[in-house]
Amino acid sequence: MNIWESFLTALDSLRANKLRSVLTMLGVIIGVAAVIALLSIGNGVTASVTSEIQAIGTNLLSVSTNFDNSDGFQTLSVKDVAALSDPLNVPAVSQVSATVGGMQEVIGGSQSLRTTVSGVTPNFFAVNNRNEFESGDGLTAADEETRARVAVIGSDAATSLFPNSFPIGQSVRINGVSYEVVGVLAASGSNFGSGNSDVYIPLSTALARLYTDRTRTGERAVNQIIAQAVSETQTDAAIAQITETLRREHGIVYAADDDFQIFSQADLLQTFNTITATLTAFLGSIAGISLLVGGIGIMNIMLVSVTERTREIGIRKAVGALKRDILAQFLLESMVLSVLGGLLGIALGWSIAQIASLALDVTTVVDAGTILLSTGFAAAVGLVFGIYPAWRAAGLRPIEALRYE
Amino acid sequence: MIQMKNITKTYHMGTQEVHALRGVDLQVEKGEFVAIMGPSGSGKSTLMNVIGCLDAPTGGTYILDDVDVSQMSDNQQARVRNQRIGFVFQQFNLLARTTALKQVALPLMYGGLNRTERMKRARMALEAVGLGDRMDHKPDELSGGQQQRVAIARALATNPSIILADEPTGALDTITGEEILGIFKQLNSQGITIVVITHDPDVAAVAQRTIWIRDGVIQEHHG
Ligand SMILES: Nc1ncnc2c1ncn2[C@@H]1O[C@H](COP(=O)(O)OP(=O)(O)OP(=O)(O)O)[C@@H](O)[C@H]1O
Ligand SMILES: [Mg+2]
Repeated sequence: MNIWESFLTALDSLRANKLRSVLTMLGVIIGVAAVIALLSIGNGVTASVTSEIQAIGTNLLSVSTNFDNSDGFQTLSVKDVAALSDPLNVPAVSQVSATVGGMQEVIGGSQSLRTTVSGVTPNFFAVNNRNEFESGDGLTAADEETRARVAVIGSDAATSLFPNSFPIGQSVRINGVSYEVVGVLAASGSNFGSGNSDVYIPLSTALARLYTDRTRTGERAVNQIIAQAVSETQTDAAIAQITETLRREHGIVYAADDDFQIFSQADLLQTFNTITATLTAFLGSIAGISLLVGGIGIMNIMLVSVTERTREIGIRKAVGALKRDILAQFLLESMVLSVLGGLLGIALGWSIAQIASLALDVTTVVDAGTILLSTGFAAAVGLVFGIYPAWRAAGLRPIEALRYE
Repeated sequence: MIQMKNITKTYHMGTQEVHALRGVDLQVEKGEFVAIMGPSGSGKSTLMNVIGCLDAPTGGTYILDDVDVSQMSDNQQARVRNQRIGFVFQQFNLLARTTALKQVALPLMYGGLNRTERMKRARMALEAVGLGDRMDHKPDELSGGQQQRVAIARALATNPSIILADEPTGALDTITGEEILGIFKQLNSQGITIVVITHDPDVAAVAQRTIWIRDGVIQEHHG
């Protein structure tokens, strides 16, 4: 019997046993689809987190109080900002921005909003890659010098405070003082860093009117200093220079610990990489389990049908099938199921990944390795257990196969 | 022509040995209608399986149409089953969920006939057993007698020289059994050798000769 006849026989047999065929294929489909969907979601989340962090800039360093070592005081002051702004102290730092902030009730017109109000230096928006404005502009050096009562607000803050009017030129009241809105930030797609409903006023104004904390030595305290290294490769040098400068400024003796801490975006990236790796591993193990469940499904169907199939082989041999006719038929049956199931599984997994892309707002990445791995595994299970009855029975005497129970 | 000399068949079940055939001498001429009778467990089915090359004997020589079966390869035996022998089993042994036409065409497919020829011959065989109007029925859509007729059609589709039937009427009522027997008689009249295993004296009465078997040996021949 030629291979084409064997192929037709295989198709005939698959069609005659629709339920068995569908169930077997389902095992392959579930396994393949689960692996592809889950791993591509994992990869997508990782890629999106990484790119968001990189969008903020990997050459940024954030300096803040080390509360483990500060007796409850803020340790960073405006004097430190001045010291770090001097290139002679920190040649590897190109610019420095400082912030001080807290939650405030912000009233605009008849609306009010509880949100973070931060005092920031004029370069804050540039340093943090938030230098795009929906309308108006950022804060100026003159605003900072004159402690101007002006505010830049996030796009969400603008819509909730001024739902029906153009926000620029309007005033908002914070803690009984009114500020003129001079800028509305463009919406940031990023889920990290500053949110879209924050409100920003000049640092000097905030220190004078809202946040009056002082350091242990009586200096005006800031919460955070953001330093931009001249390049990503200079971040280590910048960290060393900032550390040295601040230790000197704070008069920290040789053996004592820092009363401040420095985080780099690279650190953050690493932290998130660890988290997303865990996520991917978690999704991967769920996918692995699905694959296993799919595999066991296939195995069960095949083993349950061994008796029937062995008898079938007995009948075929009794009427003259050769061993190789039987093997060819079963091999082709399994191949058709595995290939068909694999393709459907890829399609289904890919569709789920696309839906997840939309729902989770991440770009899922379906990579070839995942497809190969899952399809390979499922196909192998399908093939092995599909051929198993044939492999067992094709060598039996016809009567043994006919009598098999 | 079937020639058997001192055929034995021993089954090994763990340490126990079951001697199903203990030296059978048998000769069946071309065109004969032979019934094999004997008590349950006497070795009738075992003998038929050996005759049909479904099973290999433990000892003795079996010559089928002047060829020693023990010298044949598996594939050659498959060829013999395909071309020269038709089987009818007590349990029908039809493929599940497969139409009557495809069941009957099955041996023709393994015989290498092309599709059109296969279908033509299968139709003819089904018509010959009176199932011309049930070609597209699957086994579970047929009565027992109809299923057995499908099996007979499958056995005769290849134009075999021998038809072996193991209690072909055992699962059927008397009237259906008689119809089936009628088909065998007719096939025999066309020159096909028929060997029927049966417990039913009425079946044996139709045969030209009855062979009695007891405890794996042939007892006597009735002419
Ligand atoms: N596969 C086997 N393994 C072990 N013993 C077997 C096997 N097949 C048959 N036997 C034994 O061989 C003997 C003959 O069995 P066989 O099936 O040939 O009897 P039979 O004459 O056809 O009986 P029945 O009329 O009940 O069908 C029995 O004792 C049976 O138990
Ligand atoms: Mg029997």
